[in-house]
Parts: sequence; structure tokens; C-alpha cells
Amino acid sequence: MPIKVENLSFVYNEGTPYATVALNNVTFEIQDEEFVGIIGHTGSGKSTLIQHLNGLLKPTSGKIYINGVDITDKKVSLKDIRKEVGLVFQYPEYQLFEETIFKDIAFGPTNLGLSEEEIEKRVYEAMDIVGISRELADKSPFEVSGGQKRRIAIAGILAMKPRILILDEPTAGLDPKGREEILNKIKEIHDKYKMITILVSHSMEDIARFADKIIVMNKGRIEIIGTPREVFREAEKLEKMGLGVPQITSLARELQKKGVTIPEDILTIEEAKEYIIRYLRGTKNV
Amino acid sequence: MFRNITIGQYIPGDSVVHKLDPRIKIIITFIFIVAIFFINKLSGYIFAVLYLYLVIAISKTPFSYILKGLRPVIIILLLTVSLNMFFTPGGTVLYTLGPLKVTTSGLRLAVFMGLRLIFLIIGTSLLTLTTSPISLTDGIEHILKPFSRIGVPAHELAMMMTIALRFIPTLIEETEKIMKAQMARGADFESGNIVKRAKGLVPLLVPLFISAFRRADELAVAMESRCYRGGQNRTRMKQLKIQPRDYEALAVTLIMVLLIVWNRVWTW
Ligand SMILES: Nc1ncnc2c1ncn2[C@@H]1O[C@H](COP(=O)(O)OP(=O)(O)OP(=O)(O)O)[C@@H](O)[C@H]1O
Ligand SMILES: [Mg+2]
Repeated sequence: MPIKVENLSFVYNEGTPYATVALNNVTFEIQDEEFVGIIGHTGSGKSTLIQHLNGLLKPTSGKIYINGVDITDKKVSLKDIRKEVGLVFQYPEYQLFEETIFKDIAFGPTNLGLSEEEIEKRVYEAMDIVGISRELADKSPFEVSGGQKRRIAIAGILAMKPRILILDEPTAGLDPKGREEILNKIKEIHDKYKMITILVSHSMEDIARFADKIIVMNKGRIEIIGTPREVFREAEKLEKMGLGVPQITSLARELQKKGVTIPEDILTIEEAKEYIIRYLRGTKNV
Repeated sequence: MFRNITIGQYIPGDSVVHKLDPRIKIIITFIFIVAIFFINKLSGYIFAVLYLYLVIAISKTPFSYILKGLRPVIIILLLTVSLNMFFTPGGTVLYTLGPLKVTTSGLRLAVFMGLRLIFLIIGTSLLTLTTSPISLTDGIEHILKPFSRIGVPAHELAMMMTIALRFIPTLIEETEKIMKAQMARGADFESGNIVKRAKGLVPLLVPLFISAFRRADELAVAMESRCYRGGQNRTRMKQLKIQPRDYEALAVTLIMVLLIVWNRVWTW
């Protein structure tokens, strides 16, 4: 289900003194199976952008095509779009409301009008995927830890079996271990189900590890778009936006300035290690 | 969708009207309302219209905002007008519709009540449109202070209002966010019969209440850890001071009142 966004603009509170241009002429494409990272400063329009992708917000101008269908068209059923495009909001644990974890995860599939058996199957499947033990199914979602709540909320979306999964800062407010677990789960889900995954984040480190494509937002515009390597090559531009590059990329750039033969678009520690060892061996041999 | 509630929505500006002392503005609004109900001839409303026009022009309030303030009360307005029109006895009968009669005195009363309500709403929305909620509560606290001797908890009332006003936008924002989150899960808040819709509100209300309680808790802790202990001996950063412009505004208002009195007593 490829996504295509054309000249998308959005203004909050249009025609009032409080009007805010949140998106300004945004254009991009996402292919099947891609893992896309969206990064940008607070207020750059990331959340606004992703809410357009499942029809929660209507563009002020521009077009959005999902699988070739223009979802800004009034004739398109929003329910069908939301079935295909799963959106996990920032701090999704605040949307839990049911008496039991099972019922909460079942809310989405129930709204899709599925049969009892199908719902049950999907709920348990989703619990397995996010790593919530089936024994917890009858517990209240308000009795478990923050990290678990978040997984329950993510499971609530996964149980709808979307073909596009969008997550708005899924690691916000978690401790390092919780962050790591959630991110790895997301990567796992992506690799297993091959759905388009869009991850919104503040952290270059997080995004650099997984994304095939990075969209850098700044003040409602797309500033840079490309593979992680292409994006990190523009380190100066990123720094001007207050974003920076992953520490290891930054280190590689510094080394390169000092005359070490190492590419400036290093992404992982392993890569850097190899080049540095090769360089050190090289200088010794001379 | 919740953002079109104008009563209590402040439009920042720097006109004389915006800068007036909130106490004076509240008093002036009171005087205006009393004057509106004092008028007993249609010609008397000319002065009220002129006065409102002056305030709107000086404060540069967009007219659309004032109309928006009227929209939520349109039903009350229609109800009042029709009740007065159909159920006032006396005068000659103009029109009969089954058991309902429209009489001259009924029509007269309906027109007056309608006008009074409209002016009342415009007047009060002008107050809230040009005064920030903070200075509004500040003004109310000052006005109520003399009554604290007879047991009116002026400071506490003002603090409650401040907190309530402060959290209205937050709650609206939160409501929108939770609605969107549940809509992303296929929730439908817009279709179905009343029972279905009421049930559909559960996924919205439960998270909303939980977060409201959490916020209240956090706020109480934050206030206590900064040693808040009510209004006793509390000093303020911004002291209210009556300026010459406040006297001028009062004077203009009094002129309007005098004209209205003159209209009622001496002309027809
Ligand atoms: N409901 C709203 N009403 C009015 N303005 C809004 C609303 N939501 C966002 N904005 C404004 O739109 C702009 C973009 O906001 P958005 O939430 O999309 O940013 P973001 O990149 O997701 O930021 P963050 O990293 O803080 O989540 C900001 O200037 C914000 O103030
Ligand atoms: Mg956001």
C-alpha cells in the first residue's frame, strides 16, 4: 500500500487570529515494506503530518494517495482507511479505558465488526507480538506498569491488522530499557509482517538504526529526505536545525577532519570499528 | 469542533478597551446590563447600539466573533421570544394559531426580551473577549473582597475560577486528542441513535476523567510544594491601579445611562 503525499498544507484554526501553519507544501512518497523515520524539532509538524495519513485531519490543500486512492476525496470511507492505516498516538496509554486488558485491545477489532472468534484470536496474537503475557488478559489496564500500558495500547492497534503502522514517539517518557524493548519490538513487527512502518522520533540514534528512509521536518516543511546516509551527509544543515547526527557519525566526521580515512556517513559502531581498525593497521604498516 | 465556543475566549489586543482596569470593566458591564433592562422604548436602544458600536470599534473586535458568541444561545433566544409572544395576555389580538394568540402586548414584550438578551450576550462577550481570564478573575476577586468580612471566600472563589479557566483549553485539547486516538481505533462518535452515541462516549469520558483527576492531583502537589496556603497575606506581582482612562470609560458609560434615562422619562 504505497503512500503518496502531494503539496500537502495544513493550517490550524484557519481564519482566526490563532491560525498556525503546521504543514507547508509537503511532498513525499513511501514504497511498500519501507521503514520510514520522521524526525524534527518540537512543533515542526510531525504529528500533524501523520494524522493526515488516516484521515483524522483534512488537508487545507494538497492530496494524499494511499494505494492509489485519494483519501481526501469525500466519497472515501474513513473507516476503510483507518482499518488499513494504524496510528499509535503519542502517550497512547492515556487512551486506555476498558475494565480488562483483553477488552481494551479488542476495542479496535470490535469496531471493525469482526466475529467473536476472530477478535479473540487477534487480541491474543497482538498480546504475543508486543510481549504481554496472556495471563494478564483479565487484569485492569490501569494496574500494570507504564511500559506495559504502552504495549497494550500498541497491541490495540496491531489487533486491527493494519497494513501501514504509524507510531508517534512510541518511546517518549520511557526509561532506556523500556525504549530499547519497544524499538526492538517495532523492528521485529516490521520484519515479520512487512507492513510500511512510520516512526516519529526526536532521537536520531533511534531512527538511524532502523529506517530505510528519513524525513527531516522543520517548521512545517520537509527539509531533507533520503536514506540515513544521504541525510547524515548534511550534518551542518541538521545542526542548524538543532538536530545533529548520531554520535558515531559525528565521531567519524571528526576523525575524517583529522585525516583518518573513514567515510563521513558511518551509521553504526560496527562499521566505524572496522574502518578505524583498518586505518590503524594501515598506519602501522607504513 | 469545540473551539467555536466564544464566551470566555479572549482575543489579545492592545486597545484602550483591552487596557482598562478589569474592576472597572466588570462594573461597566453591570451598569450596561441594568441600563439595557431599564429601556422601555425601541428608540432607547439607539443609545445602546451606539455604545456597543463604540466599544467594538475601539477594541477592534472582529464582528464575526461577536456573532459566534450569539450562536450557542440562539435556542434560548427563540424560546424566550416565542414564550413571550404567545403567552402574554392583554392588548388586541393580531393573529390566532389554534390555542395560541399573538397579542400586541405579547409582540411588544417578545421584541424587548429578544433585544435585551442579544444586548446582554454581546455586552458580556465583549467583556470576556477583551479581558484576559487572569485579569478578569483578578477583578472579580477585588470586587468581592469587601464581602469577605461577611463570609464570602473571595480569594478561594477567584482561585477556583482561575484554575477552571486555565484548564478549559487543556481539557478541550485533551478531549480532541483522545477522540482522535479512539477514532484511529475505529470508534464512531457521530452516527447512530442516542443510546449508541451515549455508549460511544465511554471510550472518551473514562480517559478524560482519569487524566483530569491526575492533573488535579499534580496541581495540588505543585501548589503545596510552593507553600500555597490560601489568600491570607498574599501579595501580588501586578497591582491593579485606576488610571485616567478608567475614569473616562466610566464617564462615557454614565453618559449612555443618562441618555437612556432621559429617553425613558422625557421622550416617547
Ligand atoms: N490542535 C491544535 N490546534 C492548534 N495548533 C496546533 C494544534 N496541534 C498542533 N498545533 C500547532 O501546529 C504546529 C505543529 O504541531 P505538531 O504537533 O504537528 O508538531 P510536532 O512536530 O508533532 O511536535 P512535537 O515534537 O512536540 O510532538 C505547532 O506550531 C503547534 O503549535
Ligand atoms: Mg507530536
